Amino acid sequence: MHRREGLAKLTGRERYVDDLPLEGGLWGMTVRSPAPRGRITAVRFRPEVDWSEVVVVDARDIPGRNEIILIERDQPVLAAGYVRHVHEAVLLVAHPSREVARRAARAVEVVVAPESPALDFRVPPRPEQIQYGPDNVLKRLKIEKGDVERALAAAPVVVERVYETGAQEHVYLETQGMIAWLEDDVLVVKGSMQCPYYVLNALKHALGRDEHRVRVIQTPTGGGFGGKEEYPSTIALHAALLALKAGRPVKLVYDRPEDMAATTKRHPSRVRHRTGLTKDGRLLAQDIEVVLDGGAYVTLSPVVLSRGIIHAAGPYSCDNVRIQGRVMFTNAVPFGAFRGFGAPQTLFACERHMDVIAQTLGLDSVELRRINLIRDGQRTATGQVIRDGTDRVAVLERALAVSGYREKQRAHRAFNAAHRAMRRGIGLATFYHGAGFTGGGEVHLNSRLRVAGLPDGRVEVLSANIEMGQGTLTVFTQIAADRLGLAPEDVVIGEADTARVPNSGPTVASRTTMVVGRLIERACDDLRHRLGLDDRARGRTVRDAVVRWHREHPGQRLLGEAVYEPPPGITWDEERYQGDAYGAFAWAAYVAEVEVDLRTCATRVIDFVAVQEVGKVINETLARGQVQGGVVQGIGWALMEECRFTDGAMVNNQLTNYLIPTSDDVPPIRVAFVENPYAHGGQGAKGLGELPIDGPGPAILNAVAAATGADPRAIPLTPERLMEIADFGFRTADSRAS
Amino acid sequence: MSAQSAIRNPQSAISITFTLNGSPVSLSIDSAERLLDTLRYRLGLTGTKEGCGEGECGACTVYLDGLPVNACLVPTYQVRGSRVETVEALDPERLEPFLAHGATQCGACTPGVVMTALWIRAHPELLETHTIRELMAGNLCRCTGYDGIVDAVATGHGPDLGRR
Repeated sequence: MHRREGLAKLTGRERYVDDLPLEGGLWGMTVRSPAPRGRITAVRFRPEVDWSEVVVVDARDIPGRNEIILIERDQPVLAAGYVRHVHEAVLLVAHPSREVARRAARAVEVVVAPESPALDFRVPPRPEQIQYGPDNVLKRLKIEKGDVERALAAAPVVVERVYETGAQEHVYLETQGMIAWLEDDVLVVKGSMQCPYYVLNALKHALGRDEHRVRVIQTPTGGGFGGKEEYPSTIALHAALLALKAGRPVKLVYDRPEDMAATTKRHPSRVRHRTGLTKDGRLLAQDIEVVLDGGAYVTLSPVVLSRGIIHAAGPYSCDNVRIQGRVMFTNAVPFGAFRGFGAPQTLFACERHMDVIAQTLGLDSVELRRINLIRDGQRTATGQVIRDGTDRVAVLERALAVSGYREKQRAHRAFNAAHRAMRRGIGLATFYHGAGFTGGGEVHLNSRLRVAGLPDGRVEVLSANIEMGQGTLTVFTQIAADRLGLAPEDVVIGEADTARVPNSGPTVASRTTMVVGRLIERACDDLRHRLGLDDRARGRTVRDAVVRWHREHPGQRLLGEAVYEPPPGITWDEERYQGDAYGAFAWAAYVAEVEVDLRTCATRVIDFVAVQEVGKVINETLARGQVQGGVVQGIGWALMEECRFTDGAMVNNQLTNYLIPTSDDVPPIRVAFVENPYAHGGQGAKGLGELPIDGPGPAILNAVAAATGADPRAIPLTPERLMEIADFGFRTADSRAS
Repeated sequence: MSAQSAIRNPQSAISITFTLNGSPVSLSIDSAERLLDTLRYRLGLTGTKEGCGEGECGACTVYLDGLPVNACLVPTYQVRGSRVETVEALDPERLEPFLAHGATQCGACTPGVVMTALWIRAHPELLETHTIRELMAGNLCRCTGYDGIVDAVATGHGPDLGRR
């Protein structure tokens, strides 16, 4: 099936939030902190604006609690006298003219008495920089299996290294935006988001309204990648506060520089590996320390850390594992959810480290992975027994075969011998990604979904899960249509409107197809049961029964419903961090081929092969597109996407100086799927959305190492950074001297 | 409270006429107004998207006298007497390959991508000197990884012209 809303998007008819008319409404703008930390001593309204025409909102206008409720309540909706990061929202303004609103925002001067900020998450804070708990640690987590110290002491070989990754900006092509207005006494907030119920909860909490007086509606969302998981609550609150004060609709849409400066990014990381091995490369002990930069508020950092440490040991079997993680408070713009959610950082370290180990031991990096890849019946670091029947070595072999790995290695030797300034190399990463919320998260979410039978015989899926490009509308249509034997056009996917849809959980964590898709199947079954039909009833039988039911029950609603039930045998101990971390893992082996120009140190990816086992592939075009898009986003993170920070704020907050890959920067991404249906996922699917961003970073850096002999340990590996760590003999006398 | 009253330059209004999607349009506009805003907020043609506001992403690509340009970089007064075409003027049937190849995901870059892509398809001689990837490099897409777009542009071209 083709993408359901595809033609509307191709013809420009799809209406995103900024495409909605704003009749009689105001444009909102945000006044932000100029300083990373300190007390606000004055707010001055400069006279070049007629302030009688401008609606102004500050923290005193918040009717409920000045807290953006999420995991903690530490983040204010608007700074009340004290700021903890540059760009923290202090004040809101609105005016019928967008240009006037913009000028008004610029005409407000926020004066801050500066205090000592914590800006480097890698160094312990000085006493005057402590702002969270006794040591600025936002969250600490630990996983322990076996006896790492004893195993390391006895290990014939120990390899220790430190790896670093930088922040990454989402660059969803549609910037963040919301419209808020009052309908009688109901506050309606409509906009770009991944999680309507997160926004609803945030509005209820800070505005002191119950759910009957707040309604949240998602508009077609122009990309999210996690960037529209938690941040939309902030902008929704801001639009709502302005609308409540103005008594008129307010639209708040960020332009690109504001979006890049003020919203979340991927957490920077520093990961230390200390690994004990036999001389032939068998893993004996993995001692891993993970440190993330959380920024100035807790946001989702504890769960990012959780996913990060659970994936940190890689898809390998090792009897002795200790993973210690912490997220540090800094006075940076808070870091947040981004596709992969901690796993890309720790898997980068793990997979780059595997190649470093191979090099240290004089082993082939494929062989090192082959002997350590987890087999069915073996346990992960959290003690989860893997028994999904997937042949992970076969996934690796497939990637080698599709990429022509061995042939290319030979060809590269010849190429490199024949060229003075160009080097080619090939690199590999084997990895995994757990789908759905971690541990008991899915049980806690308690997702609920309904499928309604409509009077005309069609069915409507009522869920809070949204389309942001990843294909929810299409895949949900396929799942419901297949389950009931209906044509796709007989399936309606209801708008994600909290007044109409139950809370089927957030559209995050690679959970939508696998977890929510399964709920659709069960709700379809429930609908059939309510009609007195058995599970074999399909197509016309179902449609006729729906029509008949409505004739017999005029004006009533016909609803099938399903509530999440964990797969049997899943247990998780949150205290000890032991048990089944995820219902299912997707497995992958990615191969990158690169060409490095030794004169400029520029690296170009010239071939990329992505092989993965993601359960059953429900829509090949969409699944392949997810992988290709994720890989290219990963190529950007690996080689060019560098957030530059001053005082904890991004200063290259434009697409002119924050570079993401263009079509000409990347090769065709060659994708292959190994299918092994997962019994508890929608149509046998496992999560897919995040997996593809875990692999490119390490595969590419391993390829650069193979090509050049350099030992890169940090991404993004920009030409400048490669030039810093390696001298290929092409520097001029001048540049060497400097 | 009038829309523009707080800060105004009373001399900045300019009257212009141009051809938009085949029909004449006459407007009084601010001298600093961007074509992108004229199209979106004044004329309601919201198919043209803003992605970056500085000519990097191509989401606002329109045809100006037949050539693709970034509408965020064009002051509206400059299109006086010119021909402007937007995504709304395209024949949906020509978009079928883009659907089949998965060339759109979130859709925010898509109208701009489609404008450039169809322009390339209308000028196959470009493919004698450039690859599709080079020609599409002015349109950033964060979702697809570009393969779906490149494949859609290549559809129907011979193997030589459809170089990827």
